[in-house]
Amino acid sequence: MYEFQNLTYKIGSKTLLQRVSGQARPGEILAVVGANGAGKSTLLRLLSGDLKPSGGELLFGGGPLAKWPAAGLARRRAVLAQQHTLALAFQVRELVLLGRYPHFGGEPTAHDQAVVAAALAAVGLSHLAERSYPTLSGGEQQRAQLARVLAQVWEAEAGFLLLDEPLTGLDLAHQHHTLEVARDLARQRGFGVITVLHDLNLAAQYADQMLLLRQGQAVAYGPVTEVLTCENIHTGFGLEVELLAHPRLGCPLIVPCLRQAAVAWTL
Amino acid sequence: MPATITQPIITPVALPLPKPTRRPQLVLLALAVGLVAAVLLGVGVGAVSIPAPAVLSILFSKIGLSTGLMFEPQQEGVLLAIRLPRVVLGLLVGAALGLSGAAMQGLFRNPLADPSLLGISSGASLAAVATIVLEVKILAAFPGLAGAAGTLGPYVLPLAAFVGASLTTLFVYRVSRVGGRVAVATMLLVGVATNGLSGAFTGLFTYAATDEQLRSITFWGLGSLGGASWATVGTLLPFLAVPLLWLPRLGKPLNLLALGEDQAAHLGLPVAKLKWQLVTLATLAVGASVAMVGTIGFLGFLVPHLLRTIGGPDHRFVLPAAALGGALILVLADTLSRTVVAPAELPIGILTALLGAPVFLWMVLREQRKLSR
Repeated sequence: MYEFQNLTYKIGSKTLLQRVSGQARPGEILAVVGANGAGKSTLLRLLSGDLKPSGGELLFGGGPLAKWPAAGLARRRAVLAQQHTLALAFQVRELVLLGRYPHFGGEPTAHDQAVVAAALAAVGLSHLAERSYPTLSGGEQQRAQLARVLAQVWEAEAGFLLLDEPLTGLDLAHQHHTLEVARDLARQRGFGVITVLHDLNLAAQYADQMLLLRQGQAVAYGPVTEVLTCENIHTGFGLEVELLAHPRLGCPLIVPCLRQAAVAWTL
Repeated sequence: MPATITQPIITPVALPLPKPTRRPQLVLLALAVGLVAAVLLGVGVGAVSIPAPAVLSILFSKIGLSTGLMFEPQQEGVLLAIRLPRVVLGLLVGAALGLSGAAMQGLFRNPLADPSLLGISSGASLAAVATIVLEVKILAAFPGLAGAAGTLGPYVLPLAAFVGASLTTLFVYRVSRVGGRVAVATMLLVGVATNGLSGAFTGLFTYAATDEQLRSITFWGLGSLGGASWATVGTLLPFLAVPLLWLPRLGKPLNLLALGEDQAAHLGLPVAKLKWQLVTLATLAVGASVAMVGTIGFLGFLVPHLLRTIGGPDHRFVLPAAALGGALILVLADTLSRTVVAPAELPIGILTALLGAPVFLWMVLREQRKLSR
């Protein structure tokens, strides 16, 4: 369980995040949405521990996040960053094996290798296991990194997953598949998932809770259907939308209203 | 709320992966065998030839075992007093340079990083040259210290070189950090600037040096194992023992570091601690080596790079392989340096640069072609 109260982050005189509160419960997906520069990634990097909050309270599993021993935290919680760097030309399977490093001392066990194989299968990359990571396409690299993160918390009890824009570069089918994996983890394995998403329709379809940010502040927080109102979306994105009901799922379906012109082309 | 809307697009059936390739282990084995062969060659070749069986016979007789093979007393003298300490020195220094090169490349997450490109060696040289030139005056000013310096004697120079190497590493690393990240281009430029600065101050000291000091200073620029004796080996060993035993164990942490510092931290790696370990161990190894044998370029950069192309990028392989490979190449290069223009000796720094620079160029061009394809 993640709990954050009045979380604030400043760089110099600039406040990137101001008094944002919320919680992420086991068995639920919390989607963090908002316009570019709204502070979504900043919030996720605070929750992951990459950044130290300038103010507020941040609890994980009942205690302050900062107090967690690194190794114990790594076995329970995994983080998928927005941008990936890999300095070495590892094979895909070697990359995924990095996710098992918190679990074995010297050499990986047969169990670790089995988890690597299962994680690769879960993201549909089994056939590329022996390929060199830099030769993969952007979307394949993203899925390989997801496999590494899954391998890290594969057998965790009530683990947590933090995903920063996990759908970047993925085709439509794999966007859905990635969120299905997240939903399975939440529903079947009791995981808590916090994910930054751009596509409000995808968020509406898969998330349970939603936090809408604008200029570093929370516009709305709560169950998806309560957050996704025309008014909130207009406040958050400056965009007029209409809400329809999804014909089969019942969740909101967001359709932007057409505008005459986006840019005044005269000087 | 959401129901299943489609069939799963991927059937998540985990097929067992093929067994990982054993190639890294085979390369390590080949390097170890090669190193033994290079050592036997290195102690055997020279004005007095000592064939491998005689070498083994002499060594076994030292631990009280007789092989029945005869050898001449002259051979025993040359082997034990001259050849063996020199080969052991080359082995230690080569392993230290190869290993710290691999560690630096892992730390900076850049295959081009190297103790000498980053100004570490020049920093060590500067400190060593400064010690040579200033030593007399400092000791004269503090007569009480002269006694202490006398007992410290052989350790003063390695210590100075180590301090010089540490300060330069610290400087380059600190200056290159922008927003918590080491920017690759900045780092290399800072390294170039640091090299220039160290060179300028080394020049200043050279300008002020006496003829006798000049001879010692020239030695730094070229590098040589010519001064090898059991005393030099004994002096160097305490400085190298910790890095040589510790660095090869950091393969797993360095693999994680390849993901970047934040991601490595999420996998439970104490990143700050690791960085300090790496910097301390590598500078200890490079500083002490440079102090004993002078600057030997290209080895620390080339060896890990070569081995990565042969056996893959896994640091659990690259680190021990770089130690073995560095030792192998330096022992061979030293054997070449003292036989190619016998009875004179080619300074080994000249030889490694002469051989290393073309290989470096070849690698750069090869990667360029790969990228442009």
